[in-house]
Amino acid sequence: MALTTPASLGGGIAAEQVRRQLTGNRSDVSGKAFQAILIAALATSIVILGVLVYDVAQTGSGTLTGRLGDFLQGSLRSQAEASGILQGLRGTFFIGVFTVVVAFPVGIASAIYLEEYARSTRLTRFIDVSIRNLAGVPSVVYGILGLAIFVKALGSFTGPDAQGRSVISAGLTLAILVLPIVIITSAEALRAVPAELREAAYGVGATTWEVTKHHVIPYAAPGILTGTVLALARALGEAAPLILVGAVTGFLSGGTGMSLDSLDERFTAMPIVITTWAGRPGADWEQATAAAIVVLLAVVLLANAIAILLRNRYEKKRG
Amino acid sequence: MPDNLTREVRLMAENGSPVPRTEPAPPGVPQQAVFDVSGVAVYYGDFRAVRDVSLDVRQHEITAFIGPSGCGKSTMLRCFNRMNDLIDTARVEGDISYHGVDLYDPAVNPVEVRRRIGMVFQKPNPFPKSIYDNVAYGPKVAGAKGNLDDVVEEALQGAALWDEVKDRLKESGMSLSGGQQQRLCIARAIATDPEVLLMDEPCSALDPIATGRIEDLMVEIKERYTIIIVTHNMQQAARVSDRTAFFTTEVNEESDRRTGLLVEYADTDKIFTTPDDERTENYVTGRFG
Amino acid sequence: MTSLASNPTSYSLEDFHGSRSRMRKERIVRAVLFTAASTSIVISVAIVASLIGEAWTFVSQVELAALWTDGWFPRRGMYDVKTLVSGSLIVTVIAMAVAGPLGLGAAVYLSEYAPATVRKVVKPALEILAGIPSVVLGFFALTFLSPVIVQRLNDEATQFNIAAAGIGVGILTIPLVASISEDAMRSVPMALREASYGLGARKITTTIRVVIPAAVSGLVAAFIVAVSRAIGETMVVFIAAGATGGSLFSTDIFRPGQTMTAAMASQAAGTDQVRGAGLTFQSLFFVGMLLFLVTLVLNVLASRFVRRVRQAY
Repeated sequence: MALTTPASLGGGIAAEQVRRQLTGNRSDVSGKAFQAILIAALATSIVILGVLVYDVAQTGSGTLTGRLGDFLQGSLRSQAEASGILQGLRGTFFIGVFTVVVAFPVGIASAIYLEEYARSTRLTRFIDVSIRNLAGVPSVVYGILGLAIFVKALGSFTGPDAQGRSVISAGLTLAILVLPIVIITSAEALRAVPAELREAAYGVGATTWEVTKHHVIPYAAPGILTGTVLALARALGEAAPLILVGAVTGFLSGGTGMSLDSLDERFTAMPIVITTWAGRPGADWEQATAAAIVVLLAVVLLANAIAILLRNRYEKKRG
Repeated sequence: MPDNLTREVRLMAENGSPVPRTEPAPPGVPQQAVFDVSGVAVYYGDFRAVRDVSLDVRQHEITAFIGPSGCGKSTMLRCFNRMNDLIDTARVEGDISYHGVDLYDPAVNPVEVRRRIGMVFQKPNPFPKSIYDNVAYGPKVAGAKGNLDDVVEEALQGAALWDEVKDRLKESGMSLSGGQQQRLCIARAIATDPEVLLMDEPCSALDPIATGRIEDLMVEIKERYTIIIVTHNMQQAARVSDRTAFFTTEVNEESDRRTGLLVEYADTDKIFTTPDDERTENYVTGRFG
Repeated sequence: MTSLASNPTSYSLEDFHGSRSRMRKERIVRAVLFTAASTSIVISVAIVASLIGEAWTFVSQVELAALWTDGWFPRRGMYDVKTLVSGSLIVTVIAMAVAGPLGLGAAVYLSEYAPATVRKVVKPALEILAGIPSVVLGFFALTFLSPVIVQRLNDEATQFNIAAAGIGVGILTIPLVASISEDAMRSVPMALREASYGLGARKITTTIRVVIPAAVSGLVAAFIVAVSRAIGETMVVFIAAGATGGSLFSTDIFRPGQTMTAAMASQAAGTDQVRGAGLTFQSLFFVGMLLFLVTLVLNVLASRFVRRVRQAY
């Protein structure tokens, strides 16, 4: 469609014609359809999330409203109506503690070394590659690591009376599992620190550690915090490695001690409780499982939501 | 200068190694060289960014580095306080000596170099801290203890910023205007009592009025400091500097990447009126840019 | 301070050594940080070391015939590897059939179409989906996907079945596909889109002909990472696909089945300890080694593709 040159026609008619061509009467059917498909894809994903949360909450609501106190404070039993998740909560709590105490400092320190200190040598590139590969190793393989090292090789330290199958072994295994996540997210936060800030501090004669401690870490702190909270959430939800390091899937006597002495005893954790109960037949077990899931989801999703909010807030602030 | 004396004594007591301070030479006495540069080339990995730089920088003078972009003038500037160390692949060949000490001797600690040779950057980069803390930071990490009020005031006065900020030292350095921020950065640099100030296009992010103030300031403080300034702006070099080095770029024979090199180094008057080299003349007269 | 330039001060090397205590601190900090960084290498080595010993024992002692039998029953000495590999493959294919289109569609919409307000709400929602523990998806697959979707498609389907597990794994990987794909498309320079619009192209044409081809390396990487994640996913299959005791070789997605990962978990679960006759314990490490190698290759491949995107822009 070539535009008619306005000179060949009267001014008014030309304007009318140009207007018609620019507004166009071609309706974009394929474009609209394409967009509809995309929206459907996105909507499906979100709807699944909604259905999942709704379904679980619905199924678990009876247990949670009927006997919440008992449920939170009870132990593993053979009847669903009498069972509680205290032992699971206790195991998951200590796993979280191990993650915070072991994975956070080591992970953040690694990230600082790699971003602020390391020159690009063959060794640091090798470290970098191994971190990236560790991040992709399936969690069940970390379970093998935990089984071989913390349970078998170091069993006399991690749990002399439990053949190594203690919450110490589990906590260390999951701390190792999330270490690459902590490193990668912290390194990203450090990389986002503007070079000018470092230059300014180096320029007045600060050492690398002074530059890092006084300027880089404070600037990167929200990003680092976000990454660590996400990693924590991941550790609390993992089940496969725990099965390998011998979390109790049947019945457990004890397993509620909150003292440091009790760390070398046999244990279970929330994801394991859920796995075990999910495999049992009957509507009452299904309800108990759903109730346990609601508790776990509340913890994990709360952690995630905090991390996401935190990040979005600082992203906005920094533009 | 009694103030200066007490401060020097204090720093000496704290660090054991005072920063020598010399007064400007009386007329007729030959100027002493602060830096002696001979045959310097800088590489980033295999890439040679600048080559064949030989010059001497004299005390209490303003030396300007000019030239088209990519000519290596900023790269060269960053060699003087070993800022290039921060880039993994950077490598310096040749000799750069500072009062006779080889700056690239393995025994030389870049941290000590930067305390004596301060730097002001292209974009004003105050720390996201208070004005006071910005200025006090350098002396603090160098080990100065106790009350730094005098040091902060002296530095801010030296940077002609004191009167504008003396009532709001607790406010963030980021709250200042661009020109004020850059003067804050100058105050921060002189607070460690350096002998040399390196300025990397310090006015390129500023408006003409703020630029004028910084230029005036440079001329004022050259009595106390030796200044090297990299600038895009030839008028600026002509206005403030005593000596000018003209850099340009040349295409390498083996690859099509460009390497910078020093073409001519002389009194500023000579560079802008009767340069020896044709390339310099073409550049300063605007025939090549 | 009355000395003149005729009596110049000069430096010696000692002036540039720096304060000894400050430099010592710097060295100590550096050493501590380096030690932390090198733990990643130690862990990598430990993983390989803990896998390789027992895996080698298994490979060198197992009768070859036991590796090709009717099914995977490690406690009875039947180590049919094809049962596990085909199980993992089927689950992965189903998962990708779910996560591929949904994840990619969501990514294209978020990157090219979505208004800022929609992005602001939807992205966190997808991230929350990414944070859901896999045991929860396993339960969802068993109690919802299996009866409500799979058994409706095929009334012969058993309660525990591979199809529900596959869909569950797929849901788990949607956010992964979406976020890597979206990153890849957003890193396509605006100028390319503008060039296309400047020629009068429509949005759909620009997206399909310009943006997606430019981002293709990243999209491939997203797909590979998701495959790797699906192969490595344990709990969904363990809970929803049944067959915890072992499994006959089967390619029927409406029946129970076993994957490499679920087989490993099964061996450890239910009993107090990993045990059984002969090489049962070792077979666990053998499967672990197999899994480790497969995912390693996929991850290396994916990072190649990611690097290609980085180099392009």
